[in-house]
Amino acid sequence: MEQLSVNHLLGIKYLKEADVQLIFETADRFKEVINRPIKKVPSLRDITIANLFFENSTRTKLSFELAEKRLSADVINFSASQSSVNKGETLIDTVKNILAMKVDVVVMRHPNPGAALFLSKNVDACIINAGDGTHEHPSQALLDAYSIKEKLGDLRGKKIAIVGDILHSRVALSNIFALKMLGAEVMLCGPKSLIPKYHEALGVSVSTDLMKTLKWCDAANMLRVQSERMDLNYFPSTREYAQLYGLNAKKLMSLKKDIILLHPGPINRGVEITSDVADSKNAIILDQVENGVAIRMAIIYLLVAKLNIPST
Amino acid sequence: MDSLKNDTFVSSKASMSPRILLSHKKIEIILNRLSCQLIEKFNDFDDVVLVGLQPRGVYLLNRLVGMLEKSYGIKKVINGKLDITFFRDDFRRFDKTLSPSSNEMELTIEGKSVVIIDDVLYTGRSIRAALTALDNYGRPNYIQLLVLIDRRFSRDLPIQPDYIGAQVDALEGDKVRVQWKDNSKEDTVFIEKR
Repeated sequence: MEQLSVNHLLGIKYLKEADVQLIFETADRFKEVINRPIKKVPSLRDITIANLFFENSTRTKLSFELAEKRLSADVINFSASQSSVNKGETLIDTVKNILAMKVDVVVMRHPNPGAALFLSKNVDACIINAGDGTHEHPSQALLDAYSIKEKLGDLRGKKIAIVGDILHSRVALSNIFALKMLGAEVMLCGPKSLIPKYHEALGVSVSTDLMKTLKWCDAANMLRVQSERMDLNYFPSTREYAQLYGLNAKKLMSLKKDIILLHPGPINRGVEITSDVADSKNAIILDQVENGVAIRMAIIYLLVAKLNIPST
Repeated sequence: MDSLKNDTFVSSKASMSPRILLSHKKIEIILNRLSCQLIEKFNDFDDVVLVGLQPRGVYLLNRLVGMLEKSYGIKKVINGKLDITFFRDDFRRFDKTLSPSSNEMELTIEGKSVVIIDDVLYTGRSIRAALTALDNYGRPNYIQLLVLIDRRFSRDLPIQPDYIGAQVDALEGDKVRVQWKDNSKEDTVFIEKR
């Protein structure tokens, strides 16, 4: 397979396994590029990319921006808090205005699920979903799977746990799609109130016992409790959550085996994971960040490659 | 041996199937001549870097390095494998995505004499991309170009080789294909008519 089967990256569920493998192979090359003394290549020097963030982000926004700059694209940034969105402009109007400035690619994070899909149907540009509400966060899932693969090899048959606030997590949903596609077994773990109802349809198992889950798995993705998306109390107290579902050094030691630990960031130290665990050799959190740039370079490169220059 | 340098092959319009341009025997002689030319120029290869272009130039690079070190007693030939995919000027001009190969350049070319090595020189655009890519590894003393096949009269850019295996006058659209015993049965150069 030499090119992606899709023209936008809206979610993992729209990708085929061959797409994911192609992104991984291309990311291998870009990982070498970003470790050179001069970390930049001129592939996208005629491309303009708009990063539209209608929701806060540090890592994802910086990672996308860096990936775009490493590919020599021109980059414009937009945050909802400083824009005319507050004056009542609709999403399509905002984006059409930006596209009128000759933008080729739009990277968008939006609080509403389906915003990226909606945009791809209504405007003429390549759309990359950088998170749409509680729906999908495909680039994060790809970099998570890539980072696990880097440590454990082929994901087929590997046991991966996703722990914490599954209900509000777009990272969890995209991760489930990506890991299942690559042949891994997935177990969700968290308080019942934070596990979505229809998990059977996703083909994953569920546990409410953290220790049982950790003993079972080869790698665990420790998700953040997303208080900002919670409209009511899903568990009695943060302290109780940390005791039952937080990972500390004592629990990790008692496993008597090495598992790798991922975290999509930002970390609430002491809640889902304690500082000593987050900074331990089991944690590959900073590898995830480095791989994030390579994966996003690969995604952008492969999508832009499909924007053929029309022959005159 | 030197007369080979001036060997020119004119493709005939009549034949439609792949035609052999160079047999393995002739390629062996050419590789020996190219090795000798490099030794004549660089003596013991101090401050010299040979850079093979991925993917196909690397086969030629490996053969030359092997020959220089084994047959001609050169101690160490510093060499790298350069991938130029991200520096090419034809990105987005084909239906297929350009897929990169690995880049193995654990070296600096600062103050060194560099020889770019590729199998076929056609339009010269790959070499232009290679020159841009090499910028990232330092400022070399100078850069030369070695090719196995020089397709004369088909250049898009003012780029000429310094060391030539053989020259070919092929029509535009013809394909000159180099096959190495490392990835195939034996060393052969073919020409395929459009």
